[in-house]
Amino acid sequence: MIAYTIRRLLLLIPVALGVVTLVFFLIHMTPGDPVEIMLGDNALSADKAALRRDLGLDRPIHEQYVHYLNGLLHGDMGISLQSRKPVLDEILRSFPASFELMAGAMAVALLTAAPLGVLAAVKPFGLVDGAAMLIALIGVSMPSFWLGPLLILLFAIRLDWLPVNERGGFNHLILPALTLGASIAAILSRMIRASLLDALQEEYVRTARAKGLFERSVILKHALRNALIPIVTVVGLQVGGLLSGAIITESVFDWPGLGSLLLDGIYARDYTLVQGCILFIATIYVVVNLLTDIVYGWADPRVRLR
Amino acid sequence: MLRDKLPWIGAGIIAFFIFCAAAAPWMAPCDPYAINLEERLAPPSAAHLLGLDANGGDVLSRLLYGGRISFTVAVLVVFLSGGLGVGVGLLSGYYGGVPDAILMRVVDVLLAFPGLLLAIALVAVLGPSVANVVLALTVMGWISFARLARGQTLSIKQREYVLAAKISGQSDLRVMRVHILPNIMSPIIVQGVFSVAGVIVSEASLGFLGLGAPPGSPSWGVMLSEGKQVLLEAPHVSFFPGLTIMLVVLAFNFLGDGLRDRLDPGARSRGRVQGEDAEIEAEPSHG
Repeated sequence: MIAYTIRRLLLLIPVALGVVTLVFFLIHMTPGDPVEIMLGDNALSADKAALRRDLGLDRPIHEQYVHYLNGLLHGDMGISLQSRKPVLDEILRSFPASFELMAGAMAVALLTAAPLGVLAAVKPFGLVDGAAMLIALIGVSMPSFWLGPLLILLFAIRLDWLPVNERGGFNHLILPALTLGASIAAILSRMIRASLLDALQEEYVRTARAKGLFERSVILKHALRNALIPIVTVVGLQVGGLLSGAIITESVFDWPGLGSLLLDGIYARDYTLVQGCILFIATIYVVVNLLTDIVYGWADPRVRLR
Repeated sequence: MLRDKLPWIGAGIIAFFIFCAAAAPWMAPCDPYAINLEERLAPPSAAHLLGLDANGGDVLSRLLYGGRISFTVAVLVVFLSGGLGVGVGLLSGYYGGVPDAILMRVVDVLLAFPGLLLAIALVAVLGPSVANVVLALTVMGWISFARLARGQTLSIKQREYVLAAKISGQSDLRVMRVHILPNIMSPIIVQGVFSVAGVIVSEASLGFLGLGAPPGSPSWGVMLSEGKQVLLEAPHVSFFPGLTIMLVVLAFNFLGDGLRDRLDPGARSRGRVQGEDAEIEAEPSHG
């Protein structure tokens, strides 16, 4: 298990380096001069030169790259062009809001997908299964930038049950979390159904039934537990959906998280901030995938040998 | 059984919307760019079946023209990314070795960007426009085709008929074109259909975020974003574009499910939907 973990960690290094390199050169391909963006068109050329020197933009690109890498290793992502504050500070200030949203969405997804998937698998191709899977397909097909406004109209305006467009207590989290969690709930419920259907074919389920156990305990204790092992991977992969979906959901609900920070950076052409946000989001995703693999290897020893 | 009819329903819905988009100049009751501030935000009526938007534009006409943007982008992206991905994946799987190892590392790096993030980064750098959306979604989309084609090629190149063709002296190119490509097409076609759904949502998402078609253009995503500004006074402005996107995406998912059952029967019991499976994965919408 330790060898497996170390191997997975080592595999991470080239990917991380590749991601940093790609993001760095992508951002530096950008047309337009960041100095002019910061100072405006009418600035004195002496001021521009001074700022360019401060930002290190007068040096050749490979030196800037090494400098940036070196900074990253020391937890320095540079200075935001717009607010002139360290990029990492800005990101860490926005992250709790995004984390709250994503945790809420994942809770919504798991709490709806588990019963839906189990009910569908218990009587496959029956009425409940058909209905549950149709709901799931609609959930996958519904864009969150439409579901969000619909939920706002219904629950915040017509019924006036819930607040909207502000981060606050638990009440404020419900609609954004539903919006972000819906498509993931749909994907997970189909996965849980498929996985449980497979598990119900296994010998140990027949044995459990032959022992005369209640069907309820056969399904929940014997089949479902084994069926959940592959689900671990899917849940890990869905974190990617959460991270990228959060950008849109935050935009729908004016939620002050990482996605909003990224978009504000793009609109203001604050490239150091954009670079930092993209790198940060990709890093979270890579780390979550690593953890998923490790948990999977721990839950299912066969995986470690691959 | 309803399940067997869904692919046909999907195909019907798709045909309807493509026809509407193609016939937009003849079907649209108004100029999609018309501005009519006196009646702005007017609710649906006999004159304007789906109402007017914040500039007094006719929502129905804009939806019809918007379909042209969505379908054009979707077809371009799926053909470009599919062609590129299948070509790269086929060569990589067939020859293996160093190029294959490099490809897999590149794929690993690109897969580190979840969902739309890579496309958002590209459009942020290149500037928002429909052409850049096509470019960004192609850069993002070829990966899944390449992985699929590579995996399929790896399994098929060991078959006896491929070995026989090689031994009989046929060139590598001919072996790939005649013996491998036709046999890996089924899952790729299924993937292509799911991809259309993914690209339509992605294009609309980028438009919604202000990173796609320019403001004021009749793109479904842009219409939703403008509708969000007037959600309280005029919910119809965002309701109809959203409904359209959902119907079209649902239709492509129905069609993809049906094609998969027909072309790739082993997949059925596994109950895959777009984005669920490592082999066939359209970008899940998350839009």
